[in-house]
Amino acid sequence: MKAITGNRLSDGAVVYLGDNDLWTEQKSEAARFDDGDVAPVLHAAQLRVREITDAYIIDVSADGAPAGRAIIRETIRGAGPTVRGDLGLQAECCA
Amino acid sequence: MYRYDEFDARLVGERVAQFRGQVERRLSGELSEEQFKPLRLMNGLYLQLHAYMLRVAVPYGTLSSLQMRKLAHVARKYDKGYGHFTTRQNIQYNWPALVDVPDILDDLADVEMHAIQTSGNCIRNVTSDQFAGAAADEVEDPRIWCEVIRQWSTFHPEFTFLPRKFKIAVTASQNDRAAIRLHDIGLRIHKNDAGETGFEVIVGGGLGRTPYIGHTIREFLPKKHLLSYLEAVLRVYNLEGRRDNLYKARIKILVNAGGVEKFTDLVEAEWAAIRKSEIDLPGEEIDRIRAYFSPPDFEDLPAESAALEQKRTSDGAFARWLRVNTVVHKAPGYAIVNISLKPVGGIPGDISDVQMEAVADLAAQYSQDEIRATHEQNLVLPHVKKDDLYAVWQALTAQELATPNIRLVSDIIACPGLDYCTLANTRSIPIAQRISERFADLEQQEDIGELKIKISGCINACGHHHVGHIGILGVDKKGEEFYQITLGGSGAEDASLGEIVGRGLSSGDAVGAVEKLVDYYRENRQDNERFIDTYRRIGADPFKEALYAAA
Amino acid sequence: MPLLKLFGSNLVPALEEPLQEVSLEDWCDNPQAHADATALVIENDIGVEHIAEDLSSFGIIILKFPTFKDGRAYSQARLLRERFGYTGEIRARGDVLRDQTLFMARCGFDAFEFAGDDTAAASAALGEFSLAYQSAADRMEPVWRQRLDRAVAA
Repeated sequence: MKAITGNRLSDGAVVYLGDNDLWTEQKSEAARFDDGDVAPVLHAAQLRVREITDAYIIDVSADGAPAGRAIIRETIRGAGPTVRGDLGLQAECCA
Repeated sequence: MYRYDEFDARLVGERVAQFRGQVERRLSGELSEEQFKPLRLMNGLYLQLHAYMLRVAVPYGTLSSLQMRKLAHVARKYDKGYGHFTTRQNIQYNWPALVDVPDILDDLADVEMHAIQTSGNCIRNVTSDQFAGAAADEVEDPRIWCEVIRQWSTFHPEFTFLPRKFKIAVTASQNDRAAIRLHDIGLRIHKNDAGETGFEVIVGGGLGRTPYIGHTIREFLPKKHLLSYLEAVLRVYNLEGRRDNLYKARIKILVNAGGVEKFTDLVEAEWAAIRKSEIDLPGEEIDRIRAYFSPPDFEDLPAESAALEQKRTSDGAFARWLRVNTVVHKAPGYAIVNISLKPVGGIPGDISDVQMEAVADLAAQYSQDEIRATHEQNLVLPHVKKDDLYAVWQALTAQELATPNIRLVSDIIACPGLDYCTLANTRSIPIAQRISERFADLEQQEDIGELKIKISGCINACGHHHVGHIGILGVDKKGEEFYQITLGGSGAEDASLGEIVGRGLSSGDAVGAVEKLVDYYRENRQDNERFIDTYRRIGADPFKEALYAAA
Repeated sequence: MPLLKLFGSNLVPALEEPLQEVSLEDWCDNPQAHADATALVIENDIGVEHIAEDLSSFGIIILKFPTFKDGRAYSQARLLRERFGYTGEIRARGDVLRDQTLFMARCGFDAFEFAGDDTAAASAALGEFSLAYQSAADRMEPVWRQRLDRAVAA
């Protein structure tokens, strides 16, 4: 499965394309696409230049967790630096 | 230190106004990201993994208390309460919002700071010896020439779109604390046989995926010709440097591809054509700049301090810190204090806003209002009276800034790695943390002696692993982090490039490998040999054997 | 792609006159065959010293920016102006953007095939900096000379 991610233009926060074409900071809310369907979605997302920068496709598992080669990178990107557990989304999470 | 006049202030102010306009154009959609990216980069603004990153220039590593307080203010108000000192004597903020950056730059401009040319394919912030103006071994204060270069290179119309970034370092000492042989241009001020001072010009050093030690293309350049000579080097590079391949675009490739002699001939021919033009500054302007760097009014003090000696004998922890973290000053009765940003288990180079304020206070009270940043990601109080050292140590200790480990095994350079950096393949910081925890015993660290460990999370080598006595390079193998060890590098006056030893290791094994190498060194060293000396004496093979034998 | 020309410290839209262009290579091969050429086009990987003797044959020299990141033409322009004394028009062609025109003007360009639409903004961008630290091919007084003048006056 694939999802679309990028950084919010105004503050750089990591966001994912969710339902209803809204950007969300929660990876779990990311819309998931079949491999063959994702390219046009990315293209449309990249046109939203006032909202987003550096949008790209990531591999996700069926439950939305990062998968594939970039798994470490995408996990850290979504959660925050592993050396600063007090920062990033990981700090807000109940886990 | 240098102070802006109205010209310097106006230029920085105009730059902030320009960037404010560029940010507005980006937010409105008038500029695409592709068009905006080089503009933001030239103001030090990157997009990293979690957020933007703003790199603020600390010209040649010199800061006043006021400036340090402003850096603390920026960390508090716009970021998450900390900053990160880099190997280029700059400071980075990891979480600024794009919309705040013009305001941050305005705040910085209030204290004569900026982020100009801290990225992009232009001449970057000039770096220097962190002990400049205080070192007993310097010919003169190299920062005069750093400031000359800063002004000349700022918004240079011809050299703002070079094939690749361009880094210049200046030192005035035989003991190279600025890694001048690993820069695009390294300049060493020295005296010739006639007793005149001038520059040794070294070109084409650099790390990255193709590391090179720089070549001396001129043994002695009279100081007054510095800028015309630099302009000649840069013009040859701008016209001849490769632009077809990002990885072959640095000047080191140009110098080494055609040979040093050919390159030198091109530079000398260009210089002969321009040396009489108005590039070089007149003596009056150099004198004006030099006046800002006249030594502070040092008190006439006895060389030794009775108060210090008393504390040295009565307080072992203080005595250790004195031995390891302080350095001889050129003025009697003074010392240079290194502030370690490498606490055991800490993040190399990170400093909180509270610590920044504390350092600013100490500089104001005890160090002529001056602070330095080092390329090894530490700070320095350059001018502390020996009588005051105990008070300074106590204050630093209270802020966890007095770890006595300068030049030792836990004084590790590490790039931000995959915890922050979008280019990284692996994390770097956790390796540094584990190593410093493994060697937490201070007595053992001191016994091991000078040992420079440098860690990079990718081949771009921001952590200088090629020139670590022990270098560690992170490589990604199918989504797993592996670490490759290099041995025998040095970034100092005895510059050398490390040699890769064997296969990549897991993060846990990499920490164990460092321990094995250190053990082997301790068993085989002679007299007062440093790790690097033993390595050079007996060669790589025994170390490799020690590393992989048991495994 | 409007043509802008430098007048004083402004960029002014200019009429596009038809040019008879010749490349430096073709000119060097056979100057007689291109006697009617009005503009010389120099690629940015060719040394301008090759044309030093013939500069007076051209009222317009066109230098190229294949992308705005490729800055070789800045050096070419300075060499034409400062070393070879060329006083005709030097025109920037290619990826010529608003945020680079000041640097170009400082290096000796005085005409621009501007790659944007907002020519007023391009002109305004020329005025974003009122000072320069270094001398170049333009008439801006470097800061160090202004400091000297002020010190003499004081």
